[in-house]
Amino acid sequence: MCTDAMLLTEAEPLSNPLTPATYRVVDRRVETGDVVTLSLEPTSGPCPFAFKPGQFNMLTSFGVGEVAISISSAPGAPGPVEHTVRDVGAITHSLCAAAVGTVIGVRGPFGTDWGVDGLDDKDVVIVAGGIGLAPLRGAISYLVDKPGRSGRVYVLVGAREPDQITFPDDLKRWERDGAIVKVTVDVPDSRWWGAIGVVTTLLPTVDFDPARTVSLVCGPEIMMRFTVRGLVDLGVPLGAIRVSLERNMQCGIGWCGHCQLGPLLICRDGPVFDYSQALEELISERER
Amino acid sequence: MTENIGELVAEHPLFSGLPVDIAELVGGCSQNVAIATGQLLLEEGEPARSLFLLRRGHVALEVHEPGRVPLVIDRIGPGQAVGWSWMFPPYRWHFDARALEPVGAISVDADCLRSKAEADPAFGYLLMKRLAAVMLDRLQATRIRLLDVYGRDVAH
Repeated sequence: MCTDAMLLTEAEPLSNPLTPATYRVVDRRVETGDVVTLSLEPTSGPCPFAFKPGQFNMLTSFGVGEVAISISSAPGAPGPVEHTVRDVGAITHSLCAAAVGTVIGVRGPFGTDWGVDGLDDKDVVIVAGGIGLAPLRGAISYLVDKPGRSGRVYVLVGAREPDQITFPDDLKRWERDGAIVKVTVDVPDSRWWGAIGVVTTLLPTVDFDPARTVSLVCGPEIMMRFTVRGLVDLGVPLGAIRVSLERNMQCGIGWCGHCQLGPLLICRDGPVFDYSQALEELISERER
Repeated sequence: MTENIGELVAEHPLFSGLPVDIAELVGGCSQNVAIATGQLLLEEGEPARSLFLLRRGHVALEVHEPGRVPLVIDRIGPGQAVGWSWMFPPYRWHFDARALEPVGAISVDADCLRSKAEADPAFGYLLMKRLAAVMLDRLQATRIRLLDVYGRDVAH
């Protein structure tokens, strides 16, 4: 029985954080045309690592390279740990193409998490854009499944096209289990019956209480900036908004500096940050 | 209880919070309408004669092209308004708007509304501020859509 993975516990410190452990792909699920979810089990046995929603691992496609990928399953979910990868370059292409049985490297988990264990009495407004739903998926499942929560869970999702909506079965399941789920697309097709527009247009359509709301936001940074403005306009305090940032993470432990953003190292200090004026300035900085 | 049309106008978010006499002024140009599924509220190229304040049901804003299903630009629902082309010459609709389900709306006569706005600049200014705010929201949302934000990934 894999007790560590069943609980929302801190990860054990890694004995050598730069050496990947070997994991086997035990399932591969195509989410959309270029997004694949890999289910991974350690080659040493069925018990994966402990983690918290929002943390990431460095995944190695041997002979190709290593890339930071968020964990997309919930801690406590039965079965292997899942990572959802979008095919955008050589390494992610290789990972997306990994067949069942392929052995890949896993280092981690690294970074900060969404902090969902302290939100029992809060309304939680989750805003995801595109592949940004993947790092939030574990947090949403945790919140929806946790017994005794008094706050409501709102899941607002934006995608470019209907075919690019990730985790449609999860969206249905979360709605069935009590979450308020809304999805919007930029470019509808003739079969699309839902909302049209960027995900920020969904914010005024839900009736959360801004004074007791915490918002978790993940997606492209432009989308997050506009979402934060929309949330603040509706009365959500800036400090009650958390975002997940992504940069070129390479070591995962704050040694190499590739993921530096001003005074921050995203792999070590993030990827999940409480939003603040200082963070706003960092991600709004113009290239000169 | 049956509400008069001025009360229905005042309840619509586009005019909520305005003085009662303003809502009554708009109400004087308005009628309650029911639109069946599939029926066009606006038809591209046709004279733009109404502002529709949606109360029930959804409307698709569409562009049609021969031999294909219409291209949907936007979907507008209860509490929103549809139809702006009556505000400026040549007063013709730029797009189609089709009822996706049975729609209940307040249809505001554009000639009547324009003439009241011309005759009473204070009313006209209030009206334009409300309409401009909605148009600005739509413009900003459209601009963000044009950014194609979800497609912006760093290659790894």
